[in-house]
Amino acid sequence: MDKKTYSAMVKELSPSSPIFMDIVKAFFGGGAICLFGEILRNFYIMRGIDSKSALTWVAITLILIAQLFTGLGIYDKAAKHLGAGANVPITGFANAVVSPAMEYHTEGLILGLGAKLFTIAGPVIVYGTAASVLAGLLYYFKEVLMK
Amino acid sequence: MNYITAFVIGGLICVIGQLLIDLTKLTPARILVLYVVAGVFLGLFGVYEPLVRYAGAGATVPLTGFGYALFGGVKEAVDKYGFLGVFTGGLTATAGGIAAAIVFGFLIALAFRPKEK
Repeated sequence: MDKKTYSAMVKELSPSSPIFMDIVKAFFGGGAICLFGEILRNFYIMRGIDSKSALTWVAITLILIAQLFTGLGIYDKAAKHLGAGANVPITGFANAVVSPAMEYHTEGLILGLGAKLFTIAGPVIVYGTAASVLAGLLYYFKEVLMK
Repeated sequence: MNYITAFVIGGLICVIGQLLIDLTKLTPARILVLYVVAGVFLGLFGVYEPLVRYAGAGATVPLTGFGYALFGGVKEAVDKYGFLGVFTGGLTATAGGIAAAIVFGFLIALAFRPKEK
């Protein structure tokens, strides 16, 4: 086996490849946040909240905790290690909403803090709402008009 | 008990995001937008509903779940109010999360200073 094949093999099998470690961390980080969400969901359902409202309560609770941890400087430290495991859950969205607002607080309450709260929330709500209206049109024409 | 499926499915959805970051150089902001839009259409095609039943918070906590909630609201509102629901459903169903993110974000940005990086 020549040197090139060997080094390719080593590279392939090496568990310390950055992508492999990124994936492991994202899996456990994201999984842990979702597991915590599921524990919260069961807690709310046990308290007699209907299953749909429970999901909203889970989102609200996770958002509050994530933004508080962002304020304390903990969330960004964890996100450095967890990558998408911390970015993709709703906690990552909450973190991305509050971070620029904290950063630009010094530029004033209106165009600093107020505007920068929407740096990430803006695009997410714009594209999410647009997609939901388009999907709603398709659903409307399929369900209502095809009958 | 959904704890194991919540962990595994939630983890896998994050792994897809990590692969997108590592292999395509998409920024986290773009991935959040992509996930929300993907969640809306996975909801429309009826793919996400079984996943939510199977994994609970494992499917609703990742941002695809926000998209799924947007479409779920539109669907319910169209069934109830007809065409008006196309416009009112999405934001009605997600109002709790959006208001929480804005109000808590506002209060915390008021109270805390960013840490040195």
